[in-house]
Amino acid sequence: MSIETSKKIVSEPTGGKFGEFGGQFVPETLMPALHELETVFSEATVNPEFQNNFRGLLHDYVGRATPLTFAHRLTAHLGGPRIYLKREDLCHTGAHKINNTVGQILLARQMGKTRIIAETGAGQHGVATATVCAFFGMPCVVYMGKEDVARQNLNVLRMRLLGAEVIPVTSGSMTLKDATNEAIRDWVTNIEDTHYIIGSVVGPHPYPLMVRTFQSVIGDEVREQLQEVTGSDRPAALVACVGGGSNAIGMFHPFVSLEDVDMFGVEAAGEGLDGRHAATLTEGEPGILHGSLSYLLQDNDGQISEVHSISAGLDYPGVGPEHSYLKVSDRVEYLAVTDTEALEGVRLLSRMEGIIPALETSHAIAALPKICSRYSEDDTVVVCCSGRGDKDMATIGQHMDLG
Amino acid sequence: MNRLTTTLNQLQRNGTKALGIFVTAGYPEREATDEILRCLDSAGVDFIELGMPFSDPLAEGSTIQETSEVALRNGVDLEFCLDAVSRFRQKSDTPLLLMGYINPIYKFGVSNFCSRAASSGVDGLIIADLPYHESEFLRDHAETHGLSVVHLVTPNTSRNRIEEIDRASTGFVYAVSLIGLTGADIERGREVDEYLTRLNETVVNNRVLAGFGIRSRNDANALAVHTDGVIVGSAFLKEVAASWVSFDSIEEKAKAVDAFVKSVRPTIGTTRVVER
Repeated sequence: MSIETSKKIVSEPTGGKFGEFGGQFVPETLMPALHELETVFSEATVNPEFQNNFRGLLHDYVGRATPLTFAHRLTAHLGGPRIYLKREDLCHTGAHKINNTVGQILLARQMGKTRIIAETGAGQHGVATATVCAFFGMPCVVYMGKEDVARQNLNVLRMRLLGAEVIPVTSGSMTLKDATNEAIRDWVTNIEDTHYIIGSVVGPHPYPLMVRTFQSVIGDEVREQLQEVTGSDRPAALVACVGGGSNAIGMFHPFVSLEDVDMFGVEAAGEGLDGRHAATLTEGEPGILHGSLSYLLQDNDGQISEVHSISAGLDYPGVGPEHSYLKVSDRVEYLAVTDTEALEGVRLLSRMEGIIPALETSHAIAALPKICSRYSEDDTVVVCCSGRGDKDMATIGQHMDLG
Repeated sequence: MNRLTTTLNQLQRNGTKALGIFVTAGYPEREATDEILRCLDSAGVDFIELGMPFSDPLAEGSTIQETSEVALRNGVDLEFCLDAVSRFRQKSDTPLLLMGYINPIYKFGVSNFCSRAASSGVDGLIIADLPYHESEFLRDHAETHGLSVVHLVTPNTSRNRIEEIDRASTGFVYAVSLIGLTGADIERGREVDEYLTRLNETVVNNRVLAGFGIRSRNDANALAVHTDGVIVGSAFLKEVAASWVSFDSIEEKAKAVDAFVKSVRPTIGTTRVVER
């Protein structure tokens, strides 16, 4: 995609909104907590002591910086641009989610909150939240759709071992959307002592901005590492999967103002775009859910659709408001790959590079042949390898003959 | 001044507390709604809130979650709600508000919705996930069509914000009695008294009606003593609407509604003499 748009991309939200998207569409009870969070977060961004704590934990506990791995066999296989993998799968707990939970628990402590809640789909955010709660000795409750509890059981066991209470949610489609509803209801009830660690760049302001800020370490590192390895901090293109969109925003954000860098967000086309899917930006339209105005999958009556993806982390009818803004601004191109293609992505990266990606990440991998065909051998493409696939082995085993 | 404002002012002058009842449209079945609205009217409620079901009602406790799910399974949409109000309005002048979540209205088209609601005989809107600082786009259209827009205040709302909510609201200000969801256990005691007293002093442009968790006359009186009246929802759904199909006749239904309304109507008179 070449950027021909003259429209300036504005990355700082105005009144809690990216363009027309975002906002604070929440029950009144949550407003004092959102105001407090806004204040504490904006102070933290300019407070050197907070930054030191945050950076220190990312280094000592999470294991950052994560490597930028040259995917040499995949590059040769596709015969196009040089492909690099940003190895968020090597973060402690196995995905990028922990960058955000470290940041948010530091804020929660600063606000004097004594209890943490979270929603989770694939369980990676739940594990990352349970992990930082164990690290700081705080009680943790994780809401998880009953269907996800079944398909991501390894992560349920991990959360419980870490001391978190996992509450299976049986309403609606019993996936991430419903877990989020339940977490919000808990927060409305326990607003005084509880901080809600939202796992993606979704929810009411300031969450999308705050989660982006904590996840931007991904893109910041990519720029430095590319400079070192290739002599330029600008790749031809960035590729990341998009459910709520936190790994994508984290990698994209430091590059958004660089107009010669193309960006691709890959959504879940599930069983295909004419069947059940979760390709919100590709097939949805603006609407209001979970506190913000953003693209949504909904029916003609404005009821939220039951969506589907083989990947629990992408199985969500909404998407972060900044992604909606980047879509309508033509800054990021969004495409979608099916469950079947994602499974091919798992096999491809496993066999070519010895890296088993999460099913979420596999969507980004699966889109590579198409994306790379647009670039030459002199170009560099960076893919966010957002998580590792251990948690998905049961699902993968059901669909692939592994003997 | 619409039917809602007129009614609330009249009650105030008479020294009577208002009682509003919430019911989910199309619950427990589509055919029940016309009957329930008629019975509530005959039982003398001062206004009715008709709930527009939403797939993700995140301010609701289990009762209204369940009634919303049933209503959606029954195929209830905004058209159904508007039609039900139209039919009700042919026979009654009792104020009626629609209550729900913003996305179905956004999808319907805000301007179109407000126009249709007004012509159907709706008097006001209460949107649980639309705090006042996000509601301007709805208020503009609502005002054009003479619809009130009621905003909610909760026990943790700051005084400044209460003032702003009062300025942005028409009809009344909805005092959520507790920190929590609809149908939660009501809280009583000094803190609630202080909260409602503070609210009463701060709100100068609107009536204040309290709701969430009211199940009995004692609950109603405890909140009504500081406010202009009360709203009952979950308890009505659970105790009366849920068994709608098991009543033998319309007379039985009317009797049950009547008994419920009596059981939650505040019995204390008003001591407030604020002219608003």
